[in-house]
Amino acid sequence: MKRLAGWSLASPATLVVILFLMVPVAATIWTTFSAPNGPFASYVAFFSSGFRRTVLWRTIQVSVLTTAISLVLGFLTAYVVSRAPGWLKSILIIAAVFPLLTGVVVRSFAWLIILGKNGILNGFLVNTGLVAEPLTMLYTQGSVITAMVYLFTPLMILTLVGVLESIPDDLIQASASLGAKPSATFLQVILPLATPGLIVGAVLVFTGSFTSYATPQLLGGESQMVMGTLMYQQAMVTFDWVSASTIAAIMVVITIAIVLVMTRIARRLNPMAV
Amino acid sequence: MPTKLNPVLIGCSVLVYIFLVGPLIIVVGAALSDTTYLTFPPQGLSLRWFENIFEIAAFRRTIITSLQIALLSTGIALLIGIPAAYALNRYRIQLPGWLSTLFVLPVLVPELVLGFSLLKSVAIGFSAPIFVSLVIGHTLLVLPYVVRVISASLAAFDFSVEEAAISLGSPPLKTFFTIVLPNVRSGVIAAFILAFITSINDVSISIFLTGPGISTLPIQILAHVEQFFDPTIASVSVLLMALTVAVMAVVERTLGLTFLAK
Repeated sequence: MKRLAGWSLASPATLVVILFLMVPVAATIWTTFSAPNGPFASYVAFFSSGFRRTVLWRTIQVSVLTTAISLVLGFLTAYVVSRAPGWLKSILIIAAVFPLLTGVVVRSFAWLIILGKNGILNGFLVNTGLVAEPLTMLYTQGSVITAMVYLFTPLMILTLVGVLESIPDDLIQASASLGAKPSATFLQVILPLATPGLIVGAVLVFTGSFTSYATPQLLGGESQMVMGTLMYQQAMVTFDWVSASTIAAIMVVITIAIVLVMTRIARRLNPMAV
Repeated sequence: MPTKLNPVLIGCSVLVYIFLVGPLIIVVGAALSDTTYLTFPPQGLSLRWFENIFEIAAFRRTIITSLQIALLSTGIALLIGIPAAYALNRYRIQLPGWLSTLFVLPVLVPELVLGFSLLKSVAIGFSAPIFVSLVIGHTLLVLPYVVRVISASLAAFDFSVEEAAISLGSPPLKTFFTIVLPNVRSGVIAAFILAFITSINDVSISIFLTGPGISTLPIQILAHVEQFFDPTIASVSVLLMALTVAVMAVVERTLGLTFLAK
């Protein structure tokens, strides 16, 4: 009886997820294996194209660099936020939440104004005489990574503040009073305790960058194509749906593999777990 | 005694915060500029680029479409998400464990993949109208937020209160609306707000589902940026930021902003 009540209440949402998420996504992945010339033909085609391999490799590079940089920036900042007095902490958290709730398009557009040929940074550099000619900053790997770091650092800060807050001050002071240098306290006390949070943050940022579309489209354009923009181009410009589905399947597999592997590692590394 | 922070560390965080907030200030400045090109600091203050938004028919249309889709998909997600969250908490023992994982799935599947798959199966396979496909896509996008936020507030609810009401003769449905729902009101408001803002800002699902005649605001912004480089987009961005501020004020009122840090 209770089982029936539970199921009937959960069934509308369950059906929506199965019908409109699982079935369509499974169908997309299925089409990649049902090519006329063998089940793996579309993957062979993907990996034998030098251009596509370059795009995949670029996407991995951009995502790894974005994750690494936002881990460092987010960790430093989250540590200061977690040790800030109450009122300041609220302000700092609001200042991180605000960009996070502002859309991807708006935040990427901001960098278009800053890094453009007639942009603010070039204007500043030319006016101060630091460079003679405006630099080409837009549509480079650097511009994509800068905007992605900008996009994901708030997420990293917010993920880590909670974790770092739960490390008691006493523990850090105990370490110091027992003669550990600040660097030793950091490496042997703070870092191990923060590792599970760092992994969660890294997974969120890596999967987010790996599957992003708007930011690489606006700041990288055709010359800096990544998996997301390539998938869109294949699906909506050249109408090669098998190729687009193959890219989709690769994105799904990488996302799920990273989430599964990393959460397992996080669980094993958690020093608080017995 | 609180731990003393290294001044270098504090300096670094100040720089990170300048990096986070600076670009948004630049957008606001560019929106207020009286020039026909994007510049900062603004040269001459003017609101004419804000007026310009509403003079462009495509912006008027997409703002309305975006609001409609956000409201509809959030409404549907609440309608199916609240009972699901209730069932997951109330009948935890009776329901299989994978069910709660099922509602996290939309987060695991990249939005681009969901958008493309919906295009193939729903928009083309079933030749559903563009608007309907967009509502379906956005409902899936926001459902995980709804289920998670409302589950979190139901977890703090003592179900024996509900049982007491029922054993005293109150009908189950009435009990739900008069006892359970008012107790998780702040969770419902937060879920609504988060879902709404997520839908309004979405690009990755909508990019595949918008079509001739029907588009959403972020997609229209992308299209406009590729053709024009005037302050119109900066002013649209300021409007969206104003919406974000309003959203944060509501969340602050109902739950406190530290909620968002979780």
